[in-house]
Amino acid sequence: MTLDIAFAGIVNGLMSGGIYVLVAVGLTLIYGVLHIINFAHGSMLMLAMYGVYYLFKPPLGVDPYVALPILVAGSFAFGYVLYRGLIGRFSHGKDENILLITLGLSIIADNAALFFFTGDTQTIDVAWAGRFVEVGPALIPMPKLVSFVASLALCAALGLFMAFSDTGKAIRAVAKERQGARLVGIDVENIFAISYGIGIACLGAAACLLMPFFYVSPSSGHAFVLVAFTIVVLGGMGSFAGALVGGLLIGIVESLGGLQFGEQLGQIGIPLVFILILLFRPVGLFGSR
Amino acid sequence: MLEVRGVRAGYGPVEILRGIDLEVGAGEIVALLGSNGVGKSTLNNNISGIYKPFAGHIAFEGREIGGARPEAILSLGLVQVPEGRRVFPNLSVRENLELGSYRRGRAGRAVNLERVVAIFPKLRERFAQKAGTLSGGEQQMLAIGRGLMSEPRLLILDEPSLGLSPLLVEDMFALIKRLNDEGLAILLVEQNVVQSLAIAHRAYVLENGVIAMSGKAADLASDEGLRRSYLGM
Repeated sequence: MTLDIAFAGIVNGLMSGGIYVLVAVGLTLIYGVLHIINFAHGSMLMLAMYGVYYLFKPPLGVDPYVALPILVAGSFAFGYVLYRGLIGRFSHGKDENILLITLGLSIIADNAALFFFTGDTQTIDVAWAGRFVEVGPALIPMPKLVSFVASLALCAALGLFMAFSDTGKAIRAVAKERQGARLVGIDVENIFAISYGIGIACLGAAACLLMPFFYVSPSSGHAFVLVAFTIVVLGGMGSFAGALVGGLLIGIVESLGGLQFGEQLGQIGIPLVFILILLFRPVGLFGSR
Repeated sequence: MLEVRGVRAGYGPVEILRGIDLEVGAGEIVALLGSNGVGKSTLNNNISGIYKPFAGHIAFEGREIGGARPEAILSLGLVQVPEGRRVFPNLSVRENLELGSYRRGRAGRAVNLERVVAIFPKLRERFAQKAGTLSGGEQQMLAIGRGLMSEPRLLILDEPSLGLSPLLVEDMFALIKRLNDEGLAILLVEQNVVQSLAIAHRAYVLENGVIAMSGKAADLASDEGLRRSYLGM
């Protein structure tokens, strides 16, 4: 591998990492507050991607980037209502029940998608998707660059919201001290639903940024969720900064692995990283006990 | 101000409080005394809406609050500083205080923040520090400060002296007295009988889920039975 190719590989990996960061941030946020892995995460991403697809198709013809605010708002509302109406209601306050409900939801969503959308892969053709941007010796497809910049910008916005708004502070407070939160008048169930909604909203954004250069099928969420789970463990469960660094890192690992071992075998780097973290630093890069 | 009538409460099928009557008037310090495990915190958490009583009535300023949601009860100005402090360990001292005015007292946030750090200058030094890294005494100050940020009309303090060094315990009771002198009604829930009776106007003694004794603090302080069972004299 020459230096130029390695550089191109790293830049390309970083670009893919943006989407991973966004998906992982949603997963880690939900984990941090609800203390469960959202098993429906991949299925929700898949549904959001179909949302982008059908918004783009005639008669609507909405550009995926124009659709972004719609998808973000819609996904938030969907996640919020889903938590309020179903997950929270049937969990009876037990975290392990939430886990099972999200698993059940993913099974339902995947099979409903198969039934309604069939198993065919669908793509959308955006006029500018074929353009490239030159970064040194690397050529970056335009939609990948956009996805990278937009993902990081959205994460930064979410980070600011978590740091400075009262709702953000309340989310962080609920993550560690529910009873204390109730006693300052925080409606804990509402914060749970908001956190779940934000997690799903991240997927809505990811779907818009992803569709110009990716395909959707009923199973296309799973690939991302496995990667996102690795990132969350790598960065530290519930850690925001961890999801950011971990996402970019995994993007690079995947890209370099692909260069070295070919597109199929290249993915092997990701589970390898996963195992190494579990062996040497189980709390993750930014994790705390 | 606070009226508790015939409250029965507990956890699941287990009844811990078997008919409690208790009252706190405006401007009073009322002590609720009793040893570990008699149900003091259970009563607090039912008053604050964390748990719902099995039976009985709880009224705050004439309004029935038994079984209401915690945030609704807090909105009325009934604020609890819980046992074990329950500060947010992952948030800074400043953020902890700010969240004290999450539901109530938001308009007065800046003014109250100044007031709280004037009462607890230590907290100002620790403003940017995570609450989880504070000492036990500092966390207790923070918990009380956070409670004051909610602009309480009645403050319930659950074992504020627990785990503090004797010197800090002195300071704590002096502070409670001072808050009351400024007009704040306080329900002081304590195991520390002598010092509680020294600052309280009235007191209740909780034993096995019922009020075993009640009356003026001065009368209780000289009661033979109480002295024997709680002070070993």
